[in-house]
Amino acid sequence: MKSFSIKNFFVGFSAIAVLLFLYFPLAVIVLFSFNADTVSSFPIKHFSLKWYSVLFSDVELLRSVGTSITIAVISTLIALIIGIPAAYTMHKYDFKGKKLIDKIVLMPITLPGIVTGVAMLSFFPFVGVKISLTAVAFGHVTFLCAIVVTQMLARFKRLDPYLEQAAYDLGATPSATFFKVILPNIKTAIIGCVLLCLVLSMDEIPVTFFLIAGNNTLPLEIYAMMRRGITPEVNAISTLIFIFSTAAILLSLKLNKEK
Amino acid sequence: MPLVIWLLIFLVFPYCYIFIQSFFETDNFGKTIPGVSLDSYKRAFSNSLYIGTIFRTLMYAVLVAIICILLSLPLAYWIAFKVKKNKTFMYTLIALPLWVSYIIRAYAWKIILGREGVLNTFFQWAHITDKPVEYFLYSTFSTIVCLVYILTPFVAIPIYTAFEQIPKSLIEAAKDLGAGSFTTFRKVVFPLALPGIISGGTFALVLTMGDFLSPLLLGGPNTLFISNIVQNLFGTSNDRPLGSAVGILILLLIFLIIAIAARAEKKYSSLKSNAR
Repeated sequence: MKSFSIKNFFVGFSAIAVLLFLYFPLAVIVLFSFNADTVSSFPIKHFSLKWYSVLFSDVELLRSVGTSITIAVISTLIALIIGIPAAYTMHKYDFKGKKLIDKIVLMPITLPGIVTGVAMLSFFPFVGVKISLTAVAFGHVTFLCAIVVTQMLARFKRLDPYLEQAAYDLGATPSATFFKVILPNIKTAIIGCVLLCLVLSMDEIPVTFFLIAGNNTLPLEIYAMMRRGITPEVNAISTLIFIFSTAAILLSLKLNKEK
Repeated sequence: MPLVIWLLIFLVFPYCYIFIQSFFETDNFGKTIPGVSLDSYKRAFSNSLYIGTIFRTLMYAVLVAIICILLSLPLAYWIAFKVKKNKTFMYTLIALPLWVSYIIRAYAWKIILGREGVLNTFFQWAHITDKPVEYFLYSTFSTIVCLVYILTPFVAIPIYTAFEQIPKSLIEAAKDLGAGSFTTFRKVVFPLALPGIISGGTFALVLTMGDFLSPLLLGGPNTLFISNIVQNLFGTSNDRPLGSAVGILILLLIFLIIAIAARAEKKYSSLKSNAR
C-alpha cells in the first residue's frame, strides 16, 4: 500500500541530514587525529599516528588523565556509598520530605552548572573544604548522587518485591537482606551506574572550572590547550576519550536493561 | 540519611549562601562586606551590561531552542514512524552524543569553522569561496551552532518519546478519514506531541541560559552570554555580591521558564485523558 512518496523521502532525507550533523563533527575529530599536518585543513594529505605519539609523551596531559581518573574513582565510590542506601530507603519507606529530597538531589543536573559552580566556590571554604582537587571531588560527588539515586531507584522499582519478603520470612535481618539478597540482585545495575558516573566525572567542566586549584583535570587541560591554540594533539586525545566513553556508555546502557 | 546531610552541606547551603551573598556589599577596593543591602540588585538592573545581557542571552536561548526543535522534529518523526528495523539502535544514535564530552564537541567546531579549518579549506578547495570566511569562528554564529549541536539530542529525545506514545490507531483513523500525511501531522501528531516539544524546547532554553563554555571557546570579542558575566564577576572582576545577584536573577528567570513550560505542557497534554 505504502510506496515511495516525495513526502516520505523528504522526511527521511532531513532526518538523515540531522543525524549527519550530529555525527559529522565527531567524525572530523577522529579523521583529523590521523592527519600528519599541523593544521586541520581539507583535504588530508598524509596520514600518520604522529599526534598519538606526541600525546603519549606529553607529561602534563598524562598527569591530567591521572588526576581525572583519581577524582572520578573517588567521587564515584563516595556517591555509591551515599546514594545506594538512600535510594533503597526512598524506595522502601514513605516519609515526609521524600519528594523534596527527590527534587533537591536533581538540582545539580537541572540547574545551570555555572550557578552550582559559583555557589560551591563561595560556600565550600566555610566548611573547611579549600578550593582544590578535594573540592572538585566533593562537587563531583554532589552531582553524581543525582545519577546514582535516580538510576538505583529505577532499578529497585523493577526488583521482585517477594524476594525481600522471602528473605525476611527465612529470618534474615534487614542488613543481611540488603547485603545478601538485594545487593547481588542489583549488581549489574550498579556496574552500569558506575560506568555512567565515571564518564560524567571525567567529562565534567562547569563545577570543576570554579573549584579547581593546582593540577588540571583532563577536560580542563584540553581547555587550556585549546586556549593556547589549536593543536592536533587534542584531536588524538579526543578520539581516545570518545572511544572509551562510547564503549563505557554502550556497556552501561546494556547492563541497565538486564533484569 | 547521609545523603540528606551531604546535600545540605554541599548543595543546599551553597545555594542559600549565594542568595545571602547577593545582599552583601563591596567597598571601593573590591572587598566583600557582609550586610543586607539591595545594592547589587540595583547595579544589576541599572546597568545594561547585566540586565541587557540577560535579555540578549534569553533571545539567543529562544533561537537555539527553536532551531533544536526544527532539527529534532524530522529526526524524531522519522525514527518513531518510518524506521521499522533497528529502532533501539537509532534511538541510541540520538542519545549517544549526549554522553560525549562537552569539550570535545565544542572543540570539533573549532577545527571545522576555523580560518584554516575544515569548512573554509573545503570551500576553497571546491572553489566556492576564494578566501577564508572569517565570521565562521569566534563569533555569535559559531557559539549558536555549537549550542544547537550540543543541545539537539536533549530536545530530540523528549520529542521522540512523545511521538512514540501516540497510539498508531489515531494516525490510521486520521488517514482513513481522508487526511493526507501533512494534515495528519498538523492536526493529530503535532498537537499530541506538543508537551514533548515544549519540554524539549525548555531543556534547550534553560541549558543555553546557563552555558558559559560555548561562548568562551567559540565566541568572538562581542559574544557575551550572561553566564560569562557571572564567571567574570567571580573571577577577574572579583565582585561576588554582584555575581551572586546576577546568578540569582538567572535562577529566577529559569524557574519562571520552567513554571510556564510546566503549565503549557499540562494544558496541551490531551493524550492521557483522551486515549486512555
